[in-house]
Amino acid sequence: MGTRSRPLSPHLMIYRFEWTMLLSITHRITGVGLAVGGVLLFWWLMALAIGPAYFSIVQAILAHWIGRLMLLGWTWAMFYHLCNGIRHLCWDAGWGFEINTARNTGLLVLVSSILLTLISWMAVYAMRGA
Amino acid sequence: MSLRSPLARARGLGAAHNGTHHWWIQRLNSVALAPLMLWLAYSLMSLATADHATASAWLRGPINAILMLALVATLYHHMQLGLQVVIEDYVHSHARKFVAQILVKYGTALLAIGAAFAVLKVAFS
Repeated sequence: MGTRSRPLSPHLMIYRFEWTMLLSITHRITGVGLAVGGVLLFWWLMALAIGPAYFSIVQAILAHWIGRLMLLGWTWAMFYHLCNGIRHLCWDAGWGFEINTARNTGLLVLVSSILLTLISWMAVYAMRGA
Repeated sequence: MSLRSPLARARGLGAAHNGTHHWWIQRLNSVALAPLMLWLAYSLMSLATADHATASAWLRGPINAILMLALVATLYHHMQLGLQVVIEDYVHSHARKFVAQILVKYGTALLAIGAAFAVLKVAFS
């Protein structure tokens, strides 16, 4: 059994590339990235519970440029996953399945995730001056 | 022509008896998580340069503590549900899949319990 060639369902490579495909896998990639962000939130809350000395070390690591770059990535991943998650909820409600609507909402998700990231980071720098 | 009984058709469940449970729980969860994450993003941004005293004073506020507990419960549950599907899709060895799913379940539960403990410790300090 198993060696006979049976008909296979078409693989992903068969289909013509649509950039909505890229948005779809990005939802999953950002999800896995945000899971790592969930560990960071745990660490940050634990540091707060442990005490001032340890908390200031964690805050200093996050304030380093590498820490900031990673936080920037997490901010975008969060906004992307949130916006695209709302797009998914609309699909679940039966709305937005037409090809053009799906393309347009995909573009909307991409643009709004970038804008929300930029706006929130500019707001932090403007308010804190850090 | 369907060979399924009318009741089986109406329930829409197969041999596993819980066809849409995972899907529905994840939807309920995401609807709650969306506003909570916006609140978290706003809060963490306003605490970006905070010292320990400022951050703990913030978490000691009852609304913040309760929202953080709600977020912790929802977030780590969502994380488990999402990682579960990723493992189901990409890990094909039965043994590895089994171990990975259990590690994700226990791991996310520990993260949730640890984070909740930290929130309560700060809130009641």
